[in-house]
Amino acid sequence: MPENATPLLDIAGLTKRYPTGDLALTDVSLRVPPGQVMALIGPSGAGKSTLIRCVNRLVEPSSGTVVLAGEALTTLSRGALRRARRRMGMIFQEYALVERLTVMENVLSGRLGYTGFWASWFRRFPRRDVEEAFRLLDRVGLAHMADKRADALSGGQRQRVGIVRALMQDPALLLVDEPTASLDPKTSRQIMRLIVELCEERGLAAIINIHDVALAQEFARRIVGLRAGRIVFDGGPDTLDAAALTSIYGEEDWSRTIRRLETEENVAETVA
Amino acid sequence: MSATNAGTAGFDAAAAARAWRPPPLIESPLLRYAVYLGALLYVVLGVVTVEVNWTRAAEGMGRAAGFLSGFFPPDFVSKGDDIFEGLMESLTMTVVSTALGIALSIPVALGASRNLAPLPIYLFCRAIIAVSRTFQEIIIAIVFVAMVGFGPLAGMLTLTFATVGFMAKLLAEDIEDIEAAQAEAVRATGAGWFSWIAWSVLPQVKPRLIGLSAYRLDINFRESAVLGLVGAGGIGDTLNTAFDRYEFDTAAAVLLIIIAIVLVCEYTSGWIRRKVQ
Amino acid sequence: MPILERAGGTPEWKRRTTAQDLMVWTGWLAGVALAVACFQFISDRTIWAFVWDAPQQGADLVSRMFPPRWSYADQLWKPLWDTINIATLGTLIAILFGVPLAFLAAHNTTPSVLFVRPVVLFIIVASRSINALIWALILVIILGPGVLAGILAIALRSIGFIAKLLYEAIEEIDPSQVEALRASGASNPQVLAWGMVPQVMPAFAGISVFRWDINIREATVLGLVGAGGIGMQLEASINTLAWPQVTMIFILILGMVAVSEWLSARVRHAII
Repeated sequence: MPENATPLLDIAGLTKRYPTGDLALTDVSLRVPPGQVMALIGPSGAGKSTLIRCVNRLVEPSSGTVVLAGEALTTLSRGALRRARRRMGMIFQEYALVERLTVMENVLSGRLGYTGFWASWFRRFPRRDVEEAFRLLDRVGLAHMADKRADALSGGQRQRVGIVRALMQDPALLLVDEPTASLDPKTSRQIMRLIVELCEERGLAAIINIHDVALAQEFARRIVGLRAGRIVFDGGPDTLDAAALTSIYGEEDWSRTIRRLETEENVAETVA
Repeated sequence: MSATNAGTAGFDAAAAARAWRPPPLIESPLLRYAVYLGALLYVVLGVVTVEVNWTRAAEGMGRAAGFLSGFFPPDFVSKGDDIFEGLMESLTMTVVSTALGIALSIPVALGASRNLAPLPIYLFCRAIIAVSRTFQEIIIAIVFVAMVGFGPLAGMLTLTFATVGFMAKLLAEDIEDIEAAQAEAVRATGAGWFSWIAWSVLPQVKPRLIGLSAYRLDINFRESAVLGLVGAGGIGDTLNTAFDRYEFDTAAAVLLIIIAIVLVCEYTSGWIRRKVQ
Repeated sequence: MPILERAGGTPEWKRRTTAQDLMVWTGWLAGVALAVACFQFISDRTIWAFVWDAPQQGADLVSRMFPPRWSYADQLWKPLWDTINIATLGTLIAILFGVPLAFLAAHNTTPSVLFVRPVVLFIIVASRSINALIWALILVIILGPGVLAGILAIALRSIGFIAKLLYEAIEEIDPSQVEALRASGASNPQVLAWGMVPQVMPAFAGISVFRWDINIREATVLGLVGAGGIGMQLEASINTLAWPQVTMIFILILGMVAVSEWLSARVRHAII
């Protein structure tokens, strides 16, 4: 891991306390170098979702700083924040497509930050945006679905549209929130593989929130474990052992989980 | 197997982008322009054929200020007895017609449910509903006033009739949607028709019955406030008289009372409906 | 006894304790007593001699109403057209004003919860509480009799109706679709146009058509207070006791309402 390189994303001392008084994140510091695919694991309620939403300020952090490619995000004005958000593509658990718009419209909505209101209202996007949209849709095998309504798609197809929408923003960083939680195991693997491949092709960094430890281990190059709002593990996928899992999730007989992971990986290799 | 390799080799994104148009709301262009043109034509025709006496309207605008200032301050006192009488008529009318209407609507609803009633009864009950829903309450009130004379009884009958149509239609829809399995299970025990209704149909539609009743109570009060315009009693009578005699301050008082009671009714019926669901 | 506390909410068909039974019966008794007392009040204001006469009056009325005066229809086409215009143009005006009001009133789109929202809610309540007929009564005094007063009366009553149902629909939209657009750097108007408008579109269409259907019925009686439409002919015919004409008017109203109901069902089906 090129830990010494200038980080793309630099989170320092990030704390989030909700108005209800719940402390979601406590003093989280994290550096993500360019092009690194990182998995964020941890039990439900550990603050994974809050952490990535604090990066693009869908959730306002209470204190701490977030710096993206040299720009401090936490102090930006509204307009500047909108411009900064264009560099961060987000992928959601329940896909969060606008269901009554077509696939193509959903994909083009990734360009809204670059397009004026009336142009977007009349769906007049620059030709090269539409071309790029078709190229990416073709890349994920959905070019023939361009004019289908988003709610007519299957879960895996919707998530691929969600990925393309995020890529349309021409981002430097992908924020991925539980991309596979609503998908079956096979589709989950396909989606994870697609995200990782696209990140490699385009040199994108990604923070992927994920429940499934096996998927995280298989696809991410770095794993960060979050527990009760604090980072308790940070290392390569091969260093994630029973002790680490216990520190993240609490006491449990992890030996069988780890054995299962190994066999699953073997199966995956033979299938692939 | 990987989805990433699914892209076709010779796909020309540039050509596809050139060909792409935002999808229109209506697929067929002929129909689309026909609808647009028709809508435009209608609006133009409609606006053009509205006969407006602009001089009269302009005059009225001048008078509107004076007219509206006549509303202030609202006068609750000098015609207090009339207002009280009208209000009592409206309220009693509302209570009786809602209670009676609901009681009558239940058999009509049962009869208007295709899954319960034989065809002749079904058609008869549907006819009652259709007549009651087609005509505005005011028109029905005119007929009842002609039959039983002026006064709150005509209003009460009108609202009862309207309540039956409203409740029976919505209830019947609900009854037709009940879960057949539950109804079948009760029937399988060998229950008679009445106990079958009481044990399988009623429990399923009861929350909706209560919710609709609360909603209808609300509507009935609103309607009772206008039935007076055709002589069917209630606070509308008081309001109409006030307008006829140019007692705009009294009219304002009546309007405020109506708004206040409607608000109370709406909040209560909303509360009941939330409570039931 | 905790069971007793729940008496009001306990479904009737369940077995109750004696105390609960007593309460339920008391409730029914009170309800029936109230209805009887109210009926007594109405009965005091009724000349029962007229009522006992009612069957005869009714039969008399029917015999005078039939046959309808078919030739009278020739004079009714224009009022019928006016009635349709009152309903349709009134609904259009109400949509024009009601839609912005709905967005100002909905919790998730209002510019200010403290100031704008209460004002808009008051406008909505005032518009809804007053029946179209009463609005017409006031407008006829100001504008003089005619179709214009009718259109505005329908519009004033419908604004609140449309705004209320629409703002409830806006408050129920899926927030994740909106969040996704916000995360892509879209501006507020773009989030509204791309994330919210498509979601409330079916509700909007349904509400508008529903109100138009109601307005057709309401427009038939506005003429009674001079606000134009077929109600004017109805008023005149009743005043001159021309019952065959009244029947003719009823037949036309019946036809118009049937057509409007069919049309609105078609439109609702097409849009949803």
